[in-house]
Amino acid sequence: MEKIYSRPKSLKQAVFHYCPGCGHSIIHRLICEVIDELNIQDKTIGVPPPGCSVFAYYYFDVDMVESAHGRGAAVATGIKRAMPEAVVFSYQGDGDLAAIGTGETLHAANRGENITAIFINNAVYGMTGGQMAPTTMIGMKTTTSPYGREGKYDGHPIRMSEIIGQVEGACYVERVAVNSPANIRKAKKAIKKAFQNQLNGLGYSLVEILSPCPTNWKMSPMDSWKWVDEVMSKNFPLGLIKDKTGKSHAD
Amino acid sequence: MTGNAAIGEAAIRAGCQCYFGYPITPQNELTEYMALNLSRRPGCTFVQAESEIAAINMVYGASVTGARAMTSSSSPGISLKQEGISYLAACQLPAVIVNMSRGGPGLGSIAASQSDYFQSTRGGGHGDYRTIVLAPSSVQELADSTHRAFNLTDKYSIPVIILGDGMLGQMMEPVEFSHDAPSVPPVRPNGLRGAKGRSSRFVRSFTSNPAELEELNWSLFRRYQQIQDEETTWESYMTDDARLIVTAFGVAARIAKGAVTHARSMGMKIGMFRPVTLWPYPKDQLRELSKNTRYFLDFEMNMGQMIDDVKLSLEGEGDVTFYGRPGGVIPTSTEVLRVITRLYYQKGLNS
Repeated sequence: MEKIYSRPKSLKQAVFHYCPGCGHSIIHRLICEVIDELNIQDKTIGVPPPGCSVFAYYYFDVDMVESAHGRGAAVATGIKRAMPEAVVFSYQGDGDLAAIGTGETLHAANRGENITAIFINNAVYGMTGGQMAPTTMIGMKTTTSPYGREGKYDGHPIRMSEIIGQVEGACYVERVAVNSPANIRKAKKAIKKAFQNQLNGLGYSLVEILSPCPTNWKMSPMDSWKWVDEVMSKNFPLGLIKDKTGKSHAD
Repeated sequence: MTGNAAIGEAAIRAGCQCYFGYPITPQNELTEYMALNLSRRPGCTFVQAESEIAAINMVYGASVTGARAMTSSSSPGISLKQEGISYLAACQLPAVIVNMSRGGPGLGSIAASQSDYFQSTRGGGHGDYRTIVLAPSSVQELADSTHRAFNLTDKYSIPVIILGDGMLGQMMEPVEFSHDAPSVPPVRPNGLRGAKGRSSRFVRSFTSNPAELEELNWSLFRRYQQIQDEETTWESYMTDDARLIVTAFGVAARIAKGAVTHARSMGMKIGMFRPVTLWPYPKDQLRELSKNTRYFLDFEMNMGQMIDDVKLSLEGEGDVTFYGRPGGVIPTSTEVLRVITRLYYQKGLNS
């Protein structure tokens, strides 16, 4: 009998601490599958952020260094510059990449740092208890926008990937989601391409992943999957934002 | 060469592989020196970062891999770096941070000042940690301190700060370098360079277990104790028979030394005590001096910061007077001599 599905080699045998229905565990697995397929486990260095995924190093079986909040792009820059032969990826949430770390992210992209950024957008600050994120949508209630986010009062949800797409050093930017088997497959393809770009020395790649957070959205996991389609991806359209790698598909 | 350039040259000769900086006066000559002389060296890198926060976090990333990495700035920029310095301390990562300090608070002035003694010696960033602080007082000492800083930071895996000021950074003096640059920059054996031939590892400062953090704090403090025992350095100048000892650090000590020499030529029994490491502070050595000398004059180019350490060291013994000029005003040795003379006669030390 042929074995067609198993734990990726670079995913540790550990039980995820994530809430039921959370997107992190799916995304972790996808990244590990890509690391295995590209055979780069022994030269990958990951940079997880503070937040729900702060313990990512309990799951990824690669070298990892925790970053201060928002500084993932700068830490990844330091690693890659000191050790160009390493494959370096940052794993960042929306508060991390699109609020406190906006400057570091934009300038790492603009310098064309040859790194891969995985950007988890779930429209809330998860670990701190569901506060308003830079990506929280208009009308969405959070603990710090209890009356619903109001553009004039709270500002507007920021489409960071479109902004990053504007800068010269970014070679590849795509927005995907992990709310259906079809979307999960597309997400993996994008992640793989983002890593391949680095191996090919093409510059900064960013994959934004719309990721359900049923706990803070106060929904069932199934409803949160629907909500990604019906609400979130209307604000954050899925698809390719920028590709100057000259290759339309992974593999 | 200028003090700033001397640090750059000494750093390259010490095997510094990575420099990350952001422009700020009065340390720009160092950033520029590295752009010119480090950026094209094989295997080395120079990044002009988008902020001091980014620069220190790049140092953190480079240091994780085992590379020798440094950054430099001046007072307001060091405020921004404090976040990263705290993380370096927590993760026990080596790094050299140069602070060519200037007058403050706020944007302050670009003139030389010693207003960052507290910021350098009391952490400044969050958490229970220490950094080694070296306070050179000449261009030659800046170069030597740079070499020492890289060795200390690797030996103890804690960040080392070189605290200078705008005057030291920009003055020109002859300097001799004790080492040639290595052809290949050294890499620490415990660097995180991918899980090749070993299990994967991680570097982090967060833990959800207070007992685990307490153990880290204890282990750091045991190391700090060892540093206090083994690395404390100071300079004593004519203290043996002194009836009044001037305490000063960095460039102020140089000004004070001129005044002390002059006072001696006038027959006054004056000495000088200068901490070379501001942390660890040479408190035992200073306390020892109080056995023979009762009067101390603490002289700083600020409103009185090191004086806290002077008084803590003396443990209530001794009579400490303060004289300082803040804001970037640079006193002359004649001015300090006047203060010394007045105090000497006021306290009846001439009899």
